[in-house]
Amino acid sequence: MSSNTITIPGIGVEGKPWLETLHEWVTTVDHKRLGILYIVYGLGFLVVGGVEALIIRIQLMHSHNDFVSPQVFNRMFTMHGTTMIFFMVMPVLFGFANYLVPLMIGARDMAFPRLNAFSFWLSAFGGLLLYFSFLGGSGLYGAGNAPDVGWWAYAPLGARAFSPGHSTDYWTLSLLVSGFGSIGTAINIIATVLCMRCPGMKLGRMPLLVWLYLVMGGMVLIAITPLSAAQIMLLVDRYLGGHFFDTQAGGSAVLWMHFFWIFGHPEVYVLVIPAFGFSSEIIPVFSRKPIFGYPVMVAATVGIGFLSLTVWAHHMFTVGMNSYANSFFAITTMAVGIPTGIKIFNWIGTMWGGRIQFKVPMLFCIGFLFQFLIAGLTGIIQASVPVDWQLSLSYFVVAHFHYVIVGGILFATFGAFYYWYPKITGRMLSERLGKWHFWLFVIGFHLTFDVMHIPGLLGMPRRIYTYEPGRGWDTLNLIVSIGAFIQAVAILVFVWNLIISYFKGAKAGSDPWDAWTLEWSTSSPPPAYNFATVPVVASARPLWDLKHPEDPDSQYE
Amino acid sequence: MSAAAIPLSETQRPWNLPYRGKVAMAGLIIAEASIFTIFVVAYLFYMGKSLTGPTPREVLETPIFFTICLLSSSLTIHYAGKVLQRGERGAFLSLWTLTIVLGGLFLFGTGQEWHRLIYEHGLTISTNLFGTTYYSLVGLHAFHVTAGMIMLMIVAIFAFAGRMGTEHSRRVEVLSLYWHFVDAVWVVVFTVVYVLGR
Repeated sequence: MSSNTITIPGIGVEGKPWLETLHEWVTTVDHKRLGILYIVYGLGFLVVGGVEALIIRIQLMHSHNDFVSPQVFNRMFTMHGTTMIFFMVMPVLFGFANYLVPLMIGARDMAFPRLNAFSFWLSAFGGLLLYFSFLGGSGLYGAGNAPDVGWWAYAPLGARAFSPGHSTDYWTLSLLVSGFGSIGTAINIIATVLCMRCPGMKLGRMPLLVWLYLVMGGMVLIAITPLSAAQIMLLVDRYLGGHFFDTQAGGSAVLWMHFFWIFGHPEVYVLVIPAFGFSSEIIPVFSRKPIFGYPVMVAATVGIGFLSLTVWAHHMFTVGMNSYANSFFAITTMAVGIPTGIKIFNWIGTMWGGRIQFKVPMLFCIGFLFQFLIAGLTGIIQASVPVDWQLSLSYFVVAHFHYVIVGGILFATFGAFYYWYPKITGRMLSERLGKWHFWLFVIGFHLTFDVMHIPGLLGMPRRIYTYEPGRGWDTLNLIVSIGAFIQAVAILVFVWNLIISYFKGAKAGSDPWDAWTLEWSTSSPPPAYNFATVPVVASARPLWDLKHPEDPDSQYE
Repeated sequence: MSAAAIPLSETQRPWNLPYRGKVAMAGLIIAEASIFTIFVVAYLFYMGKSLTGPTPREVLETPIFFTICLLSSSLTIHYAGKVLQRGERGAFLSLWTLTIVLGGLFLFGTGQEWHRLIYEHGLTISTNLFGTTYYSLVGLHAFHVTAGMIMLMIVAIFAFAGRMGTEHSRRVEVLSLYWHFVDAVWVVVFTVVYVLGR
């Protein structure tokens, strides 16, 4: 790597005082450090949100349990949902975007480094604001502490009369603040992808992950902002005496639902599209084949992006919309299955005939592939209106969306951790611990979320803090809770792996997976300036060209 | 493996990418448009659904003069950018100041209207649905005009100090994109509030 690094005197000297190191991390505008901050921050909230999930599962382990009070139970599921979506998955995905996008397109930083830092700290303080509600939520009224209105805060639950105290205000403000952070990062990602590419990196040569982050950025701009607007309206209602969602003054509770789900459904795709990107990078490398159908993958992603903006009211079939609206949203929802199906076939097409290496990142991606398929299928089931009338607000729905978020998004993200950890830290994650993590998590996941469909079909509603014995739900709930604890053990193995491998992992070298994208051409971890000389590329797999000058990809483009 | 640079003939080809400031402003405009859409939808949805008065027909007057002010400020900022590109600093300064004056007039108009509505007609944000949606939508727009005015004034301070030259015309263009957007939003707000809403 000698010619790939520049020695700058005074930089990288060992033994700096810890205060100086801390100061460097707090004031950093380096995309790699901000990426790591995002990811570590998200992992912290993964543990917090996970503990909340365990409290929920202990409470539901058997009928008439009184592990927590109904009030605490409400706070737990509200905080669990809000935390996991906004302060765990989003930051981790933004973290990977920050870290990888400039490296993959041969840039030295994001387009707006200071905006980047600003966005991170907005998101970070947004999360702290949410958890400050445990201390400050009682306010002058002495009522409530953490928000307990559910992650969607349906009107009129969010109104002053039903949520006295400040807990709902903390919830509103934290989502507003972190929403602005997300918009800043999305603008930054888009500007970086469009304006910072190295010479030769045409749009059609970008790694798929970069393409998918571009689409994700566009969706954040269009889909996160309605939530911000709705939160502003809620603040107007709560503080200025407005009537947006006040039914007694002619306001509409259903309008809040619409505004929330115009954000809420595309948000799922905002989260899953980067997960698609991770798989699209990992599956080809471990199948030793280029991705199958690159242009179709891009087109399908853009198609999903557009279609996902037209499906929101399938969350509201039970509200009582007219049959035209019901049919429209049922059809668009089913239509999303088409581009998604194309993607699944393309990943299988990539693996087909390849020399598949079952390393841990690949294992997680294969898990993602099949679990996401099942999650999509239960989604299609619920897209048909009469079935949804039966299943809506039951544990079937809870099982479905956890299948998407845990079985799909989280699995692909774990794959990304195992795949890029060597690049970020310079050391390999332990394969042995990784396999333990994978298998424990697969077992725990299926125990929890496969079984959870059944109490839903039997009519168990979501968000109840306990239930009567003798309805056939007891054993099933016990199995679900046991699965949750197995997942928790798997997460502990993962966290232990992250820590122990940082100190004792095998040295990775710059390109441990024999991969093809630009981030593997620089040292691990990359220097602050990423590339000593700005790279020039001639194909979608620049490192393949470099390693195989006798048969470069650029010949066929 | 040595340096990441791969020596290929492509190096010789020109490599032009869009200006990041413009792309970022376009992104911000998309996000802002989405926020405004939600407020406009809320306004349209609640049109005529107030349970008590006053109604828009009783109290609203079409602010034609102030609308002309705001819309013509789009023209002046556009020409200000053009003359800056040619390096005519004096012309830039006067056109830029004119833009600020026109924007200020518009804000004055909004303030006057609000004063009249609050003190003469007793319409506040908590009076009825019309009040809630009207003050939110028009207020959100006025907030964006104010933010734009602050940025315009920062540029004006630099211009008066003689620090604005041709090399800044790209950045001024980004700012004028924002200003055009604020004007375009006003066209929508005007149509919804003063034409359809009455």
